[in-house]
Amino acid sequence: MPLVHTPHPDLPPPITNVGVIGWLRQNLFSSWINTFWTLLASYLIYLTIPPLINWAIIDANWIGDSRASCDANQSGACWVFIAARFDQFMYGFYPESEYWRVNLAAILLLAMMTPLFLERFHYKAWLAAAILFVYPVVAYTLFAGDVFGLMDVETSRWGGLMLTLVLSGVGIVASLPIGIVLALGRRSNMPIVKSLSIVFIELWRGVPLITVLFMASVMLPLFLPEGTHLDKLLRAMIGIVLFQSAYMAEVVRGGLQAIPRGQYEAAQALGLSYWKSMGLIILPQALKLVIPGIVNTFIALFKDTTLVLIIGLFDLLAMIQAGFVDAKWLGFAIEGYVVAALIYWIFCFSMSRYSQSLEKKLNTGHAR
Amino acid sequence: MAAEQRVKSPPAKAAFWRRPVFRSALFQTLLVLALVYFGYFLFNNTLHNLEQRGISTGFSFLSQEAGFGIVMTLIPFSELSSYWDTFIVGLLNTLLVSGLGILLATLIGFSMGVARLSRNWLIAKMAAVYIETFRNIPLLLQIMFWYFAVLQPLPGPRQSIHITDILFLNNRGLYLPAPLFEPGFDWVIAALGVAFVTVFFMVRWMHRKQEETGQIFHTVYISLAILSGLPLLAFFATGLPLSWEMPELKGFNFKGGMVMIPELAALLLALSIYTGTFIAEAVRSGILAVSHGQTEAAYALGLRPGTTLRLVVVPQALRVIIPQLTSQYLNLTKNSSLATAVGYPDLVAVFAGTTLNQTGQAVEVIAMTMGVYLLISLAISMFMNWYNKRKQLVER
Repeated sequence: MPLVHTPHPDLPPPITNVGVIGWLRQNLFSSWINTFWTLLASYLIYLTIPPLINWAIIDANWIGDSRASCDANQSGACWVFIAARFDQFMYGFYPESEYWRVNLAAILLLAMMTPLFLERFHYKAWLAAAILFVYPVVAYTLFAGDVFGLMDVETSRWGGLMLTLVLSGVGIVASLPIGIVLALGRRSNMPIVKSLSIVFIELWRGVPLITVLFMASVMLPLFLPEGTHLDKLLRAMIGIVLFQSAYMAEVVRGGLQAIPRGQYEAAQALGLSYWKSMGLIILPQALKLVIPGIVNTFIALFKDTTLVLIIGLFDLLAMIQAGFVDAKWLGFAIEGYVVAALIYWIFCFSMSRYSQSLEKKLNTGHAR
Repeated sequence: MAAEQRVKSPPAKAAFWRRPVFRSALFQTLLVLALVYFGYFLFNNTLHNLEQRGISTGFSFLSQEAGFGIVMTLIPFSELSSYWDTFIVGLLNTLLVSGLGILLATLIGFSMGVARLSRNWLIAKMAAVYIETFRNIPLLLQIMFWYFAVLQPLPGPRQSIHITDILFLNNRGLYLPAPLFEPGFDWVIAALGVAFVTVFFMVRWMHRKQEETGQIFHTVYISLAILSGLPLLAFFATGLPLSWEMPELKGFNFKGGMVMIPELAALLLALSIYTGTFIAEAVRSGILAVSHGQTEAAYALGLRPGTTLRLVVVPQALRVIIPQLTSQYLNLTKNSSLATAVGYPDLVAVFAGTTLNQTGQAVEVIAMTMGVYLLISLAISMFMNWYNKRKQLVER
C-alpha cells in the first residue's frame, strides 16, 4: 500500500490581517506615526463635523416665511432665507410671469444635450453643431423677447444663475471658433499671421480677467463711434470672449500638436487644399482629443463669471450678496455663501468628473 | 526620342496666383491693411470721444496731486502724494499679497499633495476632500466669504479675541507685536549674509569633494548649523539689540504693534487655500509621473526609502511639478486683482479703480495696469522656457 502524503488544509490567515481589523491595521495603524496621524485626523473631524451637521441640519430653521422664524432659534442655519429668495437667485430680476421662458430654454438645452452622452446615437456632430449655432439664437429670442408677441425683457433684468449660465455659455460658444482660428494662426507658416496670433494670445493670457472686464466696460465705449450704445451685458460678454478665446486657442493648439505629422502629409499628398485638409482631416481628430481640455476651460470660465459682479452685473453670487444685504434678511451671509458655494460646486465637480472620465476613455493604453 | 524630350521638358508651372508664396504674401498684406485700418478707426474714435468729454490724453496726470487716502501703504503716502505714487503703492501691495500668498499656497499645496498620496487612508481622504471642495468653488466667492461672513462679524476692538497680551484679533484686523531694531542689529544681518555666502561655497566644495572621492558629508546639518549659529552669535555678542512693541488698546482702537488689515487677511486666506488645491494636484501628478521602475531600480541598488525619495523620485517629479507650479504662481498673482471686491488697495483697486474714476484717463490707466501684469507674466514665462531647456529629458 503506497504511502500518500496528504497535507493538512491551509490554516486561515490570522484574524488580525483580514477583514475590518486587517484593513484598519493596514490603512490606519500600520506604524506609530500613522497611528498619530489617524488620531489627529479623527480629532479634527470630531471638532468640525458634528457642529457643522448640527448647524446645517439638526438645529436649522427649515419652516417659515420671514426672518422672525429664524430669530427665535439662532443656533442653526436659516434656510428660510434661501427658500424665500430662491427665485431671485435663479432668475435675477426677470419678471415672474415670464419665468417659463427661462425654464423652457433650460429644458430645451437639456433635451438637446442628452443624446450626446448616449453611445448609440450617431449624429453627435450634427447635434453638437445645432447646440453651438442654432440653440443660442433660440435661447436669445426666448430670453429677450420682443418678437412673436413675447414681452420685451431688458438685459439689465437678467440675473442669478440664469445670467451665470448665459455668460459662460456665450463665452464658450463664441470663443471656440475664434480659438480655433487663433490656434491655426499660431501654427501657420506665414510669419505675420503667426506673430499676430502669438501677440494676441499672450496679451490676453498675461492679464487678469478683471482688468479685461474693466477695459470692456470703460474703454469699449471710447473706441466706438460716438452715439453707438453697447449694452453693459454685451460689453462684459465681449471682454469674456476675448479673454477666453486666447485660452481656447492654447487648448486647441495642444490638440493640433498631438496629431502626427503623417496626417498632415497624407492630406497634402491627396491634394487637399489647406482649409480642406484642416476641416476634413486635422481638426476633427484634434478637437476630439481636446474635449476634456475644453471642458476644463469651461469650468474655469464658469467660476470666473463671478467677476462680473465687480462691474455691476447681477450673476448668481451678486444676487446672493444682494439677498443678505437687504434689510429684511440682514446678517445671513454664511447661509447665502454656503448655498452659492454648493451650487457652483455641484456644477464644477460634475463637469470635472465628466472630463476625467472622458480623458480615461480617450487615453487608452497609457494607464498603468 | 520623343519620350526623352518629354522627360527633359520642365514641369508645367502653375499660374502665379496659384502659387503658395504669392497667396501667403497677398493674404498677409490684406490682413495687415485690415488691421491698420481697424486700429486707425479705433484711434480716431477714441480721440474724438476724449475730446468730446474734455479729457486730455497723455501721462501728465501722473504728476498731479491724488487727494485721496489709502488704507494700507508700504511707502510713505499722504493725500498730497501724486497719482504716480498711487500706482507705486498699488503695485507694492499687489506684490506683497502675491508674495505672501505664494509662500502660503506652496506650503499648503505641498503638504496636501503629499497627504493625498499618504498610505494613511484617513489622511488621504481628508486631503482629497479639501482639494475637491476648494478647487471647485469660485475664488471670488471664497474671498467674499472670508471677508463678509468670517472677519467682519468679529467683535470690535474692546472685545478682541486675544492670546494673552501678544496677539489680538478683531474686526479691524490682526494685531501683532512689531519688532523694533536697535543700532546693533545691523551686525546680525551682516552675520546672516556672511553665513549664506559661507554655506554657498562650502556646499559647492563638498559636492565636488564627494564626486571626486565618494566621501559623504552631512551638508544639510552643517549648513543649518552655520545659518542659525552665526546670526545668533552676533545677536548675543551685540547685546540683544531687538525689542518688541506691543499693541495696546487706547480709546476705541489699538495703537502700536503690527496690524494685518482684514482685507489683506481675507484675500490671503482665500488665495492660498484656492491656489493650494491646484499646487497639491501638481505635486501629486508629479510624484505619480515618476515611473514605478525608477523606485524599484533604486531599491534594487540598495537605496533606502528616504534616499530614494530625495535622490531619485523628487528630482524627476520636479521636472513635472515646476512648470505647473510657476503657472499657478502666475495665476495667483493675477487673481490677487480680485482684491478690489473687498477693498484691499492693490494695483487694480487703487490705480484702475480710484485713480481712473478721479482722472477719467481710462486708456492710459488700463494700459499701465495691463502692462504691469503682462511684464510679470512675460518674466515668468521666460523663466519657464529657460527652466524647461535646462531640465528637458535628454534622449538620444
